[in-house]
Amino acid sequence: MMENVKIRIKDLNLYFGKQHILKNINVEIPEKKITVIMGPSGCGKTTLMKSLNRLTDLNPDARLSGSIFIDGEDILHTSEDITKIRKMMGLLAQRPYPLPMNIYNNIAYGLRISGRKNKRFLDRRIEHYLRQVNLWDEVKDRLRDPAGALSIGQQQRLCLARGLAVDPEIILADEPTSALDPISSQTIEEKFLELKSNYTIVLVTHILRQAKRIADHVVFMYLGEVVEQGTAREIFENPREDKTKSYLKGLFY
Amino acid sequence: MDRLKKIEEGFFRVLMFCSTVLIAITLFLIIFSILYKGLPSISWEMISQVPKGGFYFGKEGGILNAIVGSLYLSFGSTFLAAIFGLPLALFMNVHLIRHKKLVNGIRYVLDLLWGVPSIVYGAFGFAIMVYLGIRASLLAGIITVTLFIIPIMVRSIDEVLKPVPRGLLEASLSLGSTRSETSYRVFFKQTLPGIITAVMLSFGRAIGDAASILFTAGYTDYIPTSLHQQTATLPLSIFFQLSSPIPEVQQRAYASALVLIFIILVISILSRLLTRKYQRNQINF
Amino acid sequence: MSKVSLTRAVRFKRIQVSRHLRDKMNSAWMLFTMVIVVVMPLILLIGLYLKSAMLLNQHSIFHLLFSKEWKPLSGEFGFFPFIVSSVWVTVVALLISAPVCLLTSIHLTQYAKKWVLSIMHPVIDMLAGIPSVIFGVWGILVIVPAIGNYVAPFFGKTVSGYSILAGAIVLSIMIIPFILNILIEIFKTIPVELSEASLSLGASKWQTIKFVLVKKAFPGIVSAFGLGMSRAFGETIAVLMVVGNVTQIPTGVFQPGYPLPALIANNYGEMLSVPLYDSALMLAALILFVVVLVFNFASRLLIVRYERHF
Repeated sequence: MMENVKIRIKDLNLYFGKQHILKNINVEIPEKKITVIMGPSGCGKTTLMKSLNRLTDLNPDARLSGSIFIDGEDILHTSEDITKIRKMMGLLAQRPYPLPMNIYNNIAYGLRISGRKNKRFLDRRIEHYLRQVNLWDEVKDRLRDPAGALSIGQQQRLCLARGLAVDPEIILADEPTSALDPISSQTIEEKFLELKSNYTIVLVTHILRQAKRIADHVVFMYLGEVVEQGTAREIFENPREDKTKSYLKGLFY
Repeated sequence: MDRLKKIEEGFFRVLMFCSTVLIAITLFLIIFSILYKGLPSISWEMISQVPKGGFYFGKEGGILNAIVGSLYLSFGSTFLAAIFGLPLALFMNVHLIRHKKLVNGIRYVLDLLWGVPSIVYGAFGFAIMVYLGIRASLLAGIITVTLFIIPIMVRSIDEVLKPVPRGLLEASLSLGSTRSETSYRVFFKQTLPGIITAVMLSFGRAIGDAASILFTAGYTDYIPTSLHQQTATLPLSIFFQLSSPIPEVQQRAYASALVLIFIILVISILSRLLTRKYQRNQINF
Repeated sequence: MSKVSLTRAVRFKRIQVSRHLRDKMNSAWMLFTMVIVVVMPLILLIGLYLKSAMLLNQHSIFHLLFSKEWKPLSGEFGFFPFIVSSVWVTVVALLISAPVCLLTSIHLTQYAKKWVLSIMHPVIDMLAGIPSVIFGVWGILVIVPAIGNYVAPFFGKTVSGYSILAGAIVLSIMIIPFILNILIEIFKTIPVELSEASLSLGASKWQTIKFVLVKKAFPGIVSAFGLGMSRAFGETIAVLMVVGNVTQIPTGVFQPGYPLPALIANNYGEMLSVPLYDSALMLAALILFVVVLVFNFASRLLIVRYERHF
C-alpha cells in the first residue's frame, strides 16, 4: 500500500511504572513525506515520538516492548551504538533549547562530536545550514554571541539548523511551533515543505489546521492507542472512526 | 577514538560512584567510631548525676547538668525563635504575596544571616552582654542561640509555605477571613507537618552548636534553677572533657558525644513520625 | 423577636471588631519581626564595629591585617598568621570537597538508580545534622592519628597530626552536604529537553554531561563552591579541636595553624583581663563577618543572575 516505508512500528507497548502509556502501537511512516501524529493532549503523541530515537531511555521507569524498524533494522533490539541511531534523527522540541554556548558552536557541536573538527569545514557547513533555515543574514555578524540572546523564533530555526547539520535522515518535530509567533511558525512550516524532498519528517501537533496544511500522512491517536492512520486525504475527507470524526469537527481537543 | 571515549565515560562513572560511596562510608565511619569509643564508657550514672567532687579528675558523677542545660537552652531558644520566625514566614507568604521583590529581598537577607558563622553571633552576644552589664547566663545563651537559629527557622518554614497554591489564599480571603486568620487557620494548618520539621531542624541546630554559647552561657556543675544562672551544655562538656589529659575524663567525652548524637537522632526520627501523623490534615494537590 | 435579632447584630458586630483588632495586632507583630530581621545584619555590623573601634583607633586596619606580631600583653595585635591559617584551611577543605561534591551530584542526578537515592538522601541529611563538636571528636579519634602515624610519615615528615590538613579534612566533610544539596538542586533545574537536544545530535550521555550540563550549570557550581567556602571560613569548634592552634604562619599542610574562629573561641577567658584584647577579638569576629558577607553576597548574586537566565 505504501511504496517506501522508512519507519515501521510493530506491537509497541510502553509503561511508565504501572501506567500503560502506549498500547499496541502499529504504525508505518513513509519515506520523504510529512507524517503528522495528532490527537488530544496527553494521548501519548510525544512519548511515541521520543521512543523513535529512544529518548525514553532517559526515564529509568520506562519499559518498552515490541519493535521499531528503521530501514528494516529493529532499533529496540540492536547491537548498534545508540548515539548513531539518535544522530540519524534530528529533534525539534516544543520550545527551542539552545545549548549553553554561542551561535556558531551550537551548530558546530554535533559536527565536533562526530569528529569533524577542521575549522574551514566547520565554517562552510555552518554557513550552509544557517542559510538553509534563513538565519544566516540575521546572525552572520554575531556568530559568537550566546544563542540565548536570539529571539524565540530565531532560536527555533537555529535548533532546526543544528539538527540538520549532523546530516540526519529523519526529522522528529514535537509541536515545534507551539511557542512561536505566527510568522515564525509559518517560516518553520515552509521549511518543512521544502525539506521533505530530502528528509522523512514526523511532526507531532494538536493544531488541526497545521496538520491539514502540511500533512501527507496522518496518524490519529487517542488515550495511548492509534485510532486511525492513512493518507491525509483519507483521514481528513473520509474518516472511518467516530472518534476521528468528532475530533475533526472540533468536539474535543 | 570511540573506544577512548567509552573508557573515559567508564572511568568517570567509576569515579562518581566511588565518591558517592565515600560520602556514605564517611557518615558510617563517624557514627561507628563514636559508638565504638562511647558505648564502653556510658553508664546510667553518667546520664543521671551531676558532676561530683573530683569529676574532672576522673572521679564520680555524670553529665546530667549538661544534658538538662542543653535541653533548657534549646527549648528556650527554639520557642523564642518560633514566636519570632513563624509570624515572619507567614507574613512573607500571605501578607506580602503581591510584593515579590520585597519578599525576595527578605529571603536574601535571611540567607546572608544563615551564612553568618555562629562564633560571630557568640561574639556579638558577648558584646551586648558587656554593654548591658549582664553576666554569662542561661538567658544570655538562649538569646544568642535564638538570633542564630531565627534565619534557619524562617527560611525552612518559608520553603514549606512557598509551594502552597495562591488559590488557597484567595479562597480563604473570599470567605471573609482576615489575612492573619488565613495565615494561622489555613496556611499554618495546611503546612503543619512541614513546619514541625522546620522547627525540629532548628532545635537540632540549637542543641548542637557550641561556638555561640561559649561566651554567653557559661559553664557550671549544677542544673540551673533560674534564667540568670550559668548553665552547662553538651557540646561544651564534650569539648572541655576532651581537652583533659586524664583518660577517664576523655572516655566521658566520648560517652557525652554518644548522648548528643542520640538526641539528634531522636529528634530526626521524631520529626519524621510527627510528620506522618499530621499528614491527615493536609490536602494533597 | 426584634430584641433577639438586635443582640445578635450587636454580638456579630463585636466579634467583627475584635476580629479586626486581632488582625491588626497580628499584622503589626509580623511587620515588627520583619523589620528586625532586615536590620539585623546592620545591627551585627555596628555592634561588632563599636567594640573593635578602640583597637582600630590605635592602629591602622592595614597594620592589623598584615602584621605578624601577636603579643596581646604588649599591645601588639597582628592578625596575619590567623588570616593565613584560615585561608589555608578553607582552600584545602574546598579542594577536597569540590571534586567529591561535583562527581556525586552528577552521579545522583544523572545516573543513580532509585535505591541509591533512597539511601543517599538520609545520609546527606544526617551528615548535615551532625553537630560540629562531634566532627571534632571524630577528627581527634581518626583523622589526627591517621595523619600523624601514616600520611605524614609517608611524605617523610614527623608531626603530631594536629595540622592544617586535619582541620581541612574535617571541614571538607562538614561542608560536603551543604555544597552537595545546592549542586543537586542546580542540576535538577536544568530542563531534560536540553539533554535530549544534545543526545539527538549524536552525543553520548557523558559528552552531554561534560559539554552541555556542566557548562549550563557552571555559574551555579561556582557559587555553590563560594557558599561552601564561606561556610568553611567561619566554622569554629571542629577545626579548633584538630588544627593545633599554634600562632605561626603555616607554610605546609602538615604544620599546625590557628584560624580566626579558633582564636576567638580560645581566648574569650582572658580577654577582659588584658587591655584591648576584647577589642581585638571583636575585630576578629568583624573580619569573619565581613568576609563571609562578601562571599555570600557574591555567590548569591551569581545564583540569582543564573536563575534569571531560565
